[in-house]
Amino acid sequence: MLLNSVLTELLGMKHIKGNVLIVQLNGLLQTDDRIALKEITRQLNLENVIGERVFGSFAENLAFLLEALKKGDRNSSRSVLFILDEFDLFAHHKNQTLLYNLFDISQSAQTPIAVVGLTCRLDVLELLEKRVKSRFSHRQIHLLTSCDFKQYVIMFQQQLLLPEDFPDKRFAEEWNQNIRSLSRDASVEEILKKHFFLSKDFRSLHLLLMRVLCRVTVSNKTIKLADLLEASHLCTMDSKANILHGLSVLELCLIIAMKHLNDVYDGEPFNFQMVYNEFQKFVQRKAHSVYNFEKPVVIKAFEHLHQLELVKSMDGPSVRIQKEYQLVKLLLDNSQIMEALQRYPQCPTDVKQWAASAFA
Amino acid sequence: MSRYFTRLKKQRHYSWFGKDSLIDRKLQVAVYEGLCVKSEDSNTIVRTGDFILIEGDHEENPYVARLLKLYDDGSGSSGKRAEVQWFVRIGEIPFSKHKLLGREPYAQEVFFYNIKNCDSDIDAETIICTAQVIHLSPETPFPVAERKGNTLYAKFSWDGKKFKALPVDVFLKGVSCIRGDKTLESPGKVPLERHQAVSIQEVESRHSASKNSHSKDPSARKTPNRSSTPGARKKLQLSSPVKSPKLTGKEVLKELFNADGVFISLESKNSKLTRTNSVASASPTKANENGFNLDTMESSPVGKKRAIQPTSRHCLIPLNEDTPAKKIRKNTNDQELSEDLLGISPLNGDVLEVCFRTRASQKIAEKEAAPRRKEKKDNSGEDRRTRSSRNDKKNFDNSKKSRSSDEDDLECETKERRSSSSPSKTLRSSRKSSAQKSSTTPNKTPIPRTPQGSYCATPSRSARSQASRKLRSLSEETRAWNFLNNMKLQQEMENSDGEDNPYIPEKDVPSTDEEEELDTEIRSRSSHSAVPRTPSSARKLSVQTSAKKSIKTPSKTSASKTPRTPRHATPNIPTRSQPARKPSNVLEEARARLHVSSVPESLPCREQEFQDIYSFVESKIIDGTGGCMYISGVPGTGKTATVHEVIRCLQHAADQDEIPPFNFIEINGMKMTDPHQAYVQILQMLTGQKATADHAATLLEKRFNTSAPKRETTVLLVDELDLLWTRKQNVMYNLFDWPTRKTAKLVVLAIANTMDLPERIMINRVASRLGLTRMSFQPYTYKQLQQIIMSRLNQIKAFEDDALQLVSRKVAALSGDARRCLDICRRSTDICELSSSYKAGTSLVGMSHVMEALDEMFSSPYITAIRCASLHEQLFLKATIAEFRRLGLEEASFQQVFQQHLALCRVEGVKPLCMSEGLAVCQRLGACRLLLIENSKNDLHLRVRLNVSQDDVLYALKEE
Repeated sequence: MLLNSVLTELLGMKHIKGNVLIVQLNGLLQTDDRIALKEITRQLNLENVIGERVFGSFAENLAFLLEALKKGDRNSSRSVLFILDEFDLFAHHKNQTLLYNLFDISQSAQTPIAVVGLTCRLDVLELLEKRVKSRFSHRQIHLLTSCDFKQYVIMFQQQLLLPEDFPDKRFAEEWNQNIRSLSRDASVEEILKKHFFLSKDFRSLHLLLMRVLCRVTVSNKTIKLADLLEASHLCTMDSKANILHGLSVLELCLIIAMKHLNDVYDGEPFNFQMVYNEFQKFVQRKAHSVYNFEKPVVIKAFEHLHQLELVKSMDGPSVRIQKEYQLVKLLLDNSQIMEALQRYPQCPTDVKQWAASAFA
Repeated sequence: MSRYFTRLKKQRHYSWFGKDSLIDRKLQVAVYEGLCVKSEDSNTIVRTGDFILIEGDHEENPYVARLLKLYDDGSGSSGKRAEVQWFVRIGEIPFSKHKLLGREPYAQEVFFYNIKNCDSDIDAETIICTAQVIHLSPETPFPVAERKGNTLYAKFSWDGKKFKALPVDVFLKGVSCIRGDKTLESPGKVPLERHQAVSIQEVESRHSASKNSHSKDPSARKTPNRSSTPGARKKLQLSSPVKSPKLTGKEVLKELFNADGVFISLESKNSKLTRTNSVASASPTKANENGFNLDTMESSPVGKKRAIQPTSRHCLIPLNEDTPAKKIRKNTNDQELSEDLLGISPLNGDVLEVCFRTRASQKIAEKEAAPRRKEKKDNSGEDRRTRSSRNDKKNFDNSKKSRSSDEDDLECETKERRSSSSPSKTLRSSRKSSAQKSSTTPNKTPIPRTPQGSYCATPSRSARSQASRKLRSLSEETRAWNFLNNMKLQQEMENSDGEDNPYIPEKDVPSTDEEEELDTEIRSRSSHSAVPRTPSSARKLSVQTSAKKSIKTPSKTSASKTPRTPRHATPNIPTRSQPARKPSNVLEEARARLHVSSVPESLPCREQEFQDIYSFVESKIIDGTGGCMYISGVPGTGKTATVHEVIRCLQHAADQDEIPPFNFIEINGMKMTDPHQAYVQILQMLTGQKATADHAATLLEKRFNTSAPKRETTVLLVDELDLLWTRKQNVMYNLFDWPTRKTAKLVVLAIANTMDLPERIMINRVASRLGLTRMSFQPYTYKQLQQIIMSRLNQIKAFEDDALQLVSRKVAALSGDARRCLDICRRSTDICELSSSYKAGTSLVGMSHVMEALDEMFSSPYITAIRCASLHEQLFLKATIAEFRRLGLEEASFQQVFQQHLALCRVEGVKPLCMSEGLAVCQRLGACRLLLIENSKNDLHLRVRLNVSQDDVLYALKEE
C-alpha cells in the first residue's frame, strides 16, 4: 500500500500531464455507494457541487455522474484515476453498483478512467459478482515482502542511520557509528531475528524502533543494547499474563478453580456456582479461614474477572439468567496461568500447590 | 401555488356546420365544411384548413394538426371523422432526436409531420378547438413577445429522421385566413414581417376577444379559446370592470404610465390575451412618446429611484428583441432556451423586465422610459419608427380604426396600442402592474396576484385587491385570463427566480378569428367607446418636451444572476489540457484495438444471434406491434454488444427508409439505484421529463395505454434484468406487460446472465408475459475467440499465431469470456513492449509473453503469499494443518492450534511465542485471507479454517 501511494505521488510529480484527475476513496469512509458517489462528485468538482457539498437524491447523483462520465471521450476529457482503498469493502456494497459502473466505464469508450483498488485480501476477486468480475481487467499486483533476514537487518540500519546532511556532523557520525556496531552485535541480531520470524512487515519493525528511539534523550545519546532489549520485551509481552499479575489472591483462586473445571470437563462452559463449589472444596480441604470469603464477595471477584474479560459468558447479554448460573468460559490457557503463578509476588504456597495438583 | 391546472372535464358537443356534400351516397360519406364545437362556455366553428388542437395524452399539450377534411362516415352518431395533417410538438419527437434540431426547441414550436404512414384519420370529436400555426422561415427568430397563446410556429418538417425546412407552399396551401403579405423570406425585414404575419392572423381574433373581455355580457364567455386553456381560466374577468368610471384623473394618468411602460416593454408580443379592437392606437411612435412622457416625469420630483435603472435597461432588451412574455415563462423552465433565442443574456433581462413592470406600477415609470427610449433608438431600428409614424394618426382615433387598420399597424402590438390609448387597456395594464406591485411591496395589499384588483382602478390599492378577490370568486371567465396568467407567471418568476420551478407550461388555445369576430364585434365596439382617451394624449404631448434627457440613464446591467442550480448543471468532466497520445507503434495500435471499448466494425461469431434479434425487432417495428425477447448468456459473450449492433443496423435501415423510424432506449439494472428508477429513466429518455418513480410509472402507463398514431415504435433494451427484481415484481411485470398492449408499440429486449431466470425468480404472470422468445448466448469457443481477436487486430501483425491460439484456448477452457481474452492480449502486448524495449527488435507478441500474462492472471497468489510469509506465520499454518489432521475436521479453535504451534516451535528449535503474539500472527493470516477466522472477540476460542487447500500449503512450505 505504501508503494502504491508512492506511485501516485510519482504520477503527480510528473507535471507532464495536467490532465489527470484523481479521486481517492476509502472503503472505511465511503461505506456505501451513496456516500461514495457524493464523494466522487465532490472530488471531481462537477457542476452540481455547491460549496463542498452535494445535494440531491442517490438516484439523481448516480444518473448525473454516469451522464458526466459518459459525455467524455478519449480525446477531450481528462483521465480520471480512481483509487479505492480498502477495495474489499466496496465489494460489499449493495449490488456492487459502483464497481460495476466504474469498470464498465473503464471498458467502454467513455471518459478514460482507471480504477486502482487497494486491499490486503488475496481473494478479493472472489468477492466480485460475475458480471463485475468479467469487467475487471484482472491485473493484480501483489506486494509481498519477500526479503530475507540480511535485508531485514539492512533495513534496520537504514531506518536508523542519520542522513549525510544532518546539521550536527559530529553527532551524526557518532550515532551512525553506534548503529553500525549495534547491527553487528549478536544479541541485537537475536532480537531482530525474533521479530523477523514473527512478522516480516516493516511496520512492526518501525514500532519496535520507535520504542527504542523514545528512550534516547540528551543524556542518553545513543541507542544501547538494553534499550533494544527492553523495547523488544515490551513488544512481545503477553497482555493477559500481565493482567493476571494484578489480580488479588481470591481472584487468582477463582481462576485456578476454573482451570480445574476446564480440565475436568474438557473445556465445557461452566457457571459461577460450579466455580464457587470448587473454591469451597479447596478452602475446606486446606481449612484456611484466610480464604473463607462470603459468597457475595466471591461473586464480586468473579464479576471483576468478567469485566477484565478473562472470563467470557457464552450467552448473549440479553439472556436473563441469574448471574450465578450464567455459563461462562475461561479465556486463559493453562500455560499462561501457571506462568503467571510462578511470577506472582508472594503467592501463597498452598494456592500454588492447588494449582499444580492434578486433582481438585 | 399549484402548477397543475386540472382542466375542467368539459362536455363538448359537436355538430356539423355548413352544408354537407355527399361524396358517396352509397357509403353515406358526407363531407362538411365545418364542425361546430360547443362546450359549456365556448362555441367554435372548425373549418377545413384550420389548425386544430386534438385531445392527446397531455392535457397541457394537445396534439396539433391541420384539418384537411371533415366527413361523416354515416355510422351513426359517432361517425364524425376528420382527416388531418399532423403537426408534432417537440415533446412528441423522440427525445434522442432532439439534438438533430441543433438548437433548443421553442416552446411553441411545432413541426410539420411528414411521415406518410401514420394514421391521419381521427375521430372528429376529439377536436378541442382551433389553433394558429404560423410558418416561419428557418432563419427567422421566433417572435419574442409571445404569451401563452394558441399560436404555434412551424419552421421545419419532421420526417422521422431529420428536420427539414418547411416549404412555404405546403404550409400555406389552403390557409384561408392569411392575407397576402406574408413576406417572411426576405431576411432584412424579417422581424417586421413576422409581426405582420402574426398580427394579420390575429387581428380579428383580437377584435373579438377584446370585445368579449370588455363587455360583461355573459355571452363573452363563449369564446372558444378560453375553454381549452386550463391555465388561463382564472382571470378573465379583468376586462369586464374595464369601464369602471371611478378613476381619478391622476390615477388614470398614472395607470396609463404604468401601462405604457409595461406594454411598451412588451411591445410586439402578439398576445392574444389582450385581444382588443383598438389595434391601431399603439404604434411604436406612441410608445416612444410615452417614453418621453415618462422622462418628463422623471425630471419631475415624483419618485426617483435610481435603483431601478439597471432593471429598466433590461426591460428594454426584451423590447427590442420582442421578448414575449411567454419567453419569460419559458425561462423559468429552461434558461438556456431563452438564451438561445435572445442571444443576449435573456434571463436577466426577463426577470428584470418583470421587475420593471412592477416598479412601473409604483409610479416610477420615469426610469424605464429613459432607457427604453434609448434602446429604441439604438436597436429598434428605423422600421418601426417609420411605421409608427405612419400609424400615428390612427392612434389618435383608435377606436374605430382599430378594427379596420389591420394591415397598417401589424407590427405594433395591438394590445399595446390599445393600452396606451384606450383606458380599458390601461386598466388592465395597471392591473398587471399593481398586481405585481402588491407582490413586491409588502405593505400593500397582501394578495399579490389578484389581477383584478388593479382592474378596478380605484385609488386605494387595498380596495382594489378586494375587488379583485371578489371578482375572482365570481370567476366568470373572460379572455383576460390568459393575460393574467402570464403575468402571474412572470411574477412568480420574479419572486422565485432563484428556485427552479418545474413549471408546466400550459397551452393557450388560440381562437380563430372569424368566429370571435362574429360573436363579439358589437360588444367590443361599445366597450371602446367608453374609453376615455384624453389622458394618453396629454401624456403624449408632455412626452415630447424632455425627450433627450432620458439618455443619461445608466446603462448598467445589474446582473442579478441567479446562482446556477444543480439541476441545470451539465454533467461534464473537465477537459484535458493535452490531447491524448496517438498510438505510435504496432503494439500500441494493437492494444488500442484490443481494448474492449473500441467498437469493432462487425461482431464475428455472433452472426446467427444477430440475425435472430434483427429479424425479431425488425418485424415488430414494421408491424408496429410489441414484443419481448429474453437474451441470456454468461458475462462477456457479447449480448449487449450484439443488441447494440442490431440497433445500429436497424437505425441505418431506418435512415434508408427501409423500415419505419423507431426509438431506442437503454436501461441497465446496474446503473440505477433502485428498480423503480427504471421508470424514471425510461420516461426521461422517452420524453425528457423528470418525475418521481411513482409518477413516472403512471405517466408511462398512460402513455403506453393511449393510442397515438404518430408514435414511433420504441425499442427498449433492459440490461441486467435480474437486478430489476423486486418482491412484488411490479417493475418487471410492467416492462413485459406494456409490449402486450396494442397501442404501446414497444419492443423489449431483456438481457441477463442466467438462462432460467424467468423460471427461477419470476412469478408466473411475469414469466408468461415475457413469453418464450428466448435466446441464449453460448460462451465463445476458442476458435471464435481467435477470430474475434483477429478481426479486432484487423490485419495488424502483432501476435504470433501460436500465441493467439494459446490465449483463446486458455480462455475458452476457463470461461469463454471475450473480455478476459482481450484483457490477456492487451497485457501480453504490455509485457512484450517492456521486454522488447530491452532487446530492441522483435515487436511480435510471442508465446512467452502470453504465458507470462496468463500466469499473472490465472496463477493463484496464495502460494507466493505463503512463501513470503514470516516463519511464525508459516509455522502457524503448519500447526493448523496438523491440528486438522488430529481432529479430522476442517476447523479448529485458536487455542488448539496454538498448542500445536508451540509444539512445532519446540520441534523446529524456534523460541516459542506467547499467546498475544500468536494471536497477532493468526490475525495477520486472517487479514490476507489465508486463514478464515471468525470475529476476534472470541479470543482463544475463535474458530480457524484454512482458505487454501492443505496441499497448497504443504506444497508451498515444502520447497524451502
